[in-house]
Amino acid sequence: MKTFPAIFTGIFATFALGWAGAVMIPQFQLGGLQPQVDEEMGDIYPINVGGVTDQGRRVYASEGCFYCHSQQVRGKFDGSDIERGWGGRRTVARDYIYDDPIFLGSMRKGPDLANAGARTTKPESFYRELYDPRGAVPGSTMPSYRYLFTKRKISGQRSVDALDLAGPDAPEPGYEIVPTGEAKALVGYLLSLDRNHALKEVPQEAKKK
Amino acid sequence: MSVTVTPTKPVLPQPGSAPISVAELDQVDRALIDASASGPVLFFYTTAITWLLAATVFGFISSMKMHSPEFLGGWSFLTYGRIWPAYIDTLTYGWACPAGMGTLIWLMVRLCRVSLRKPALLVFGGIFWNIGVTVGVVNILLGVNSGHALLEFPSSASAILFIAYSLIAIWGVAVFENRRPGPVYVSLWYLVGALFWFPWLYGAANLMLTVLHVRGVMQSIVVAWFGANFIGLWMGAIGLASVYYFIPKVTGRPVASYYLASIGFWSFALFYPWLGGAHLAGSPVPVWMPTMGIAASIMSVVTLATVFVNFAMTMRGSYNMIYHSPTIRFTFYGAVAFIVTGLVNMIGSFRSVDRLTHFTEFGAGELHLGVYAFFSMAMFGAIYYIAPRLVGCEWLSATMIRLHFWASAYGIGLLICMMLFGGLAHGSAMDNTGQPFESVIEMGQPYMRGQTVAWIVLIIGHAFFTINFLLMILRFGKPAGQPTLFAPMEGEPH
Repeated sequence: MKTFPAIFTGIFATFALGWAGAVMIPQFQLGGLQPQVDEEMGDIYPINVGGVTDQGRRVYASEGCFYCHSQQVRGKFDGSDIERGWGGRRTVARDYIYDDPIFLGSMRKGPDLANAGARTTKPESFYRELYDPRGAVPGSTMPSYRYLFTKRKISGQRSVDALDLAGPDAPEPGYEIVPTGEAKALVGYLLSLDRNHALKEVPQEAKKK
Repeated sequence: MSVTVTPTKPVLPQPGSAPISVAELDQVDRALIDASASGPVLFFYTTAITWLLAATVFGFISSMKMHSPEFLGGWSFLTYGRIWPAYIDTLTYGWACPAGMGTLIWLMVRLCRVSLRKPALLVFGGIFWNIGVTVGVVNILLGVNSGHALLEFPSSASAILFIAYSLIAIWGVAVFENRRPGPVYVSLWYLVGALFWFPWLYGAANLMLTVLHVRGVMQSIVVAWFGANFIGLWMGAIGLASVYYFIPKVTGRPVASYYLASIGFWSFALFYPWLGGAHLAGSPVPVWMPTMGIAASIMSVVTLATVFVNFAMTMRGSYNMIYHSPTIRFTFYGAVAFIVTGLVNMIGSFRSVDRLTHFTEFGAGELHLGVYAFFSMAMFGAIYYIAPRLVGCEWLSATMIRLHFWASAYGIGLLICMMLFGGLAHGSAMDNTGQPFESVIEMGQPYMRGQTVAWIVLIIGHAFFTINFLLMILRFGKPAGQPTLFAPMEGEPH
């Protein structure tokens, strides 16, 4: 251990071993994962939706949603996620092949969102919670994302996206609160989150009654 | 930010006086080496402490928001999802990395016994690094986030950081090559490892995520690998190098066993790169990956045991130094925290524990154990020793050092306890499906308030540290030569 080549070789070899084992072998194992194609039914899962979903995913990243919300359902052995109603089955690597970036998450200060779009299907519910989290869920510690909404004068017809607000939150008459493009993209992304599709590598785990 | 520095002038013997002794020559030698390193090292330290203050503010704000979400709620750039990553990245890239690099540079020139040449290379590296961190943190606050934990910075900032680090690594290899002949001290192994590992780690992680663009869960695997190595291996190496240097240096006793130190180093290099896998337990990845991580975290007990035995044996009979020397007090806290970090990581990696703690504050507790309780405390200890020797002026106030120590020790201890136990409580409640999710969150609120209390204590500690550092840099301290101690001691100082 007294000479530079000896130390350096050891330093190189140990780190190379860890890198090969912890990063490169997984890449060979998982890097080429393809969607599941059921030719009889003409059914492909997952689908790369793109468009507004991609924009929404960027908003999800920039607002840091993933620091408090996970997007993964663990199997019964690893947690109570399925019993909590966060998904019908555990999620597997194939569920995420088009998620870029992926938000498995490491924190649940809020509920898991792996199947958020399957649980909540109305955009209004998401808008309401983003605008006034404690109005929607008492005791919620989620920040309010009012800066993703704008107040504007109603010209002619009231916008279909306008929030139905009552009490101190309600805008003055003649005005309405509408989501910005970012909020619309974010909610579009949340609505797209549904990972309940059957996959051959994971049996549907029966929900405990 | 520029720091004007007048390094200590070595006392050169007058012609015709008595021949100088080896010890005196050594002293002159060390003073010359210190003088050559003072510019870059103090530059790194000053910027690091500036970022530490920013991290303190960000950390306090984000802890407030956990229990009072309307606190400063109106501003988009202060929303929790931006201020939290800004805090973590400021703490790691802004404070920890430059503090570690400053210490690395000084230890390299001292241990290789060469004067620092080409300081401009290092100062450029330091300037680039700080530009990179600034660009990255401002982008996060403005809402540009890559979505990968600890790698949030946009690729422009990552590229700047990579170039900056490369300048430092090139310099480091040159110094090592030009070292004076003699045995290579154990700290140098860790430093050479740190110099070499980081560019590979940071370069490979960023290349895979942005250029090669790996898909799906591969991104999580790369991020887990990076995060564990960034804190465990890179900060671990510099922190241990510092502990291995200062405990023998200040106690005046050689490292108890070189044989143990060697086993400690190679087990560290072999097992720590695998630890990231443990964070993937229960994730949608092949089961062998978390299993390898758990196995590595159990094997890392070898490293912990050798480090523990070696430091305990070296300190034996010198524990009273903790009472006298600020450097030893901080360094010893760091060394103990290194072992606690390893044990908590190991316990947390067990699947029965991870099942509860996986999606809780527990992970943040592990991060703060590694980055603050171990690494930052070791760096504080190093700064208390190194900085006065470079400025040529001692710390003004032992009381301020004492307050800094107690505030940091208790503040981070409280913060980590709140995170670890809060995480366990949160996880157990979440595992109990009879408890509605709203009540799980409500149950965690006292722990969040406890974190804010911890932050207030940390703010006090960092304020005293900064004031004391500024006064010393501005040469308001005591004259050089008499180290500022907590209590006067007999015999050899420091």
